[in-house]
Amino acid sequence: MLLAAAAAGLMTAMALGLVRALIGPTSYDRILSANSFGTKTVMFIALIGFVFGRPDFLDIAIAYALINFVATIALMKFFRYRSLQASLSRLAPAKDTGADAGGAP
Amino acid sequence: MSEVVTWIGSSLAVAGALAAIIGSLGVIRFPDFYTRTHAASITDTGAATLMILGLILISGWSVLALKLAIIWAFIMLTSPTAAHALTNAAYGAGERPQLGPWRLFDRDRKEAER
Amino acid sequence: MIYLPGLAVAVAAFWFALSGQTTPLFLLLAVVSILATLWLCARLGIIDRDASPYHLAHLLVLYAGWLVVEIFKANVVVIRSVLDLRQTISPAVVKVPPDAKTDFGRALFANSITLTPGTVTIDIAGDLLVHVLHEENSQPASFALMNRMAARAADGWE
Repeated sequence: MLLAAAAAGLMTAMALGLVRALIGPTSYDRILSANSFGTKTVMFIALIGFVFGRPDFLDIAIAYALINFVATIALMKFFRYRSLQASLSRLAPAKDTGADAGGAP
Repeated sequence: MSEVVTWIGSSLAVAGALAAIIGSLGVIRFPDFYTRTHAASITDTGAATLMILGLILISGWSVLALKLAIIWAFIMLTSPTAAHALTNAAYGAGERPQLGPWRLFDRDRKEAER
Repeated sequence: MIYLPGLAVAVAAFWFALSGQTTPLFLLLAVVSILATLWLCARLGIIDRDASPYHLAHLLVLYAGWLVVEIFKANVVVIRSVLDLRQTISPAVVKVPPDAKTDFGRALFANSITLTPGTVTIDIAGDLLVHVLHEENSQPASFALMNRMAARAADGWE
């Protein structure tokens, strides 16, 4: 019963998190909200497994945590470099490539 | 005995859900992108830790607890990386933090001054 | 070259913890996926002392325990500033020079700062550029302890 309440609370948190994703105003706000939504989804999947007595949902939660992280990093890399081909190694920092998005002052 | 542990675990899960709600409220409430990342990190650290600790208590000594611990360690390792990638990209793109004292009820006055 | 077999054992243990399967087909798939993972790691060039700091394991475990307590204290502060409508927040940006000499130590310190609610690392080129939620937490003294702990955990006790 308490677990179902926790799941409902988590759903509320996810709905509230979506508000920031909708109103923005910058794309970074939206991605922050999406990343946070993903973390809450991981917790939600794990929790739902316990609520319904099917703990094998945890494997899905692990996979979703991996996907969420890779998606956020890929999105940020794309926004930063406007390309998914730029090198992220420390030998070629953003300042030297001249590919910096928006031109840092 | 196990009843009590399950009850404590469920309470921790509810506390985690409450922390997630507070984090979402902070993301809505705070004035600019950088302050919102602080609120989002409540969800990533406090809420996740409470929730997963509660679920570990419920599952007891089993492979489930190990998997939950793996999820926790993974969230703890990746969330700062993601948060840093976000703020660093925003800063590199020219998004500047709003500095100085700020209070929710002062917002209308401050925007009128501007 | 202890790091390649060390990684192989770690990855194999991780695979077994996640799957728990022992049928021949799954073991064959396990060998294939472990070999693929090892090949990817070798291709990235991360099978070395920096990426597998076994000699620091005990220090890092102690540091993680200390960090969890710090994170909880910081969580309470930020939760209070979210809920208390009359409380004033005063965001500030400060430069923090890391004590740690190695890249690993710098990364550990920057990640610890970001993981703690109320502080987030914006830039790690040279000195760390840190955004703070409450200006009174932006004094050098508030980072000194974490800075020293991270440097000692990553670089070993001098």
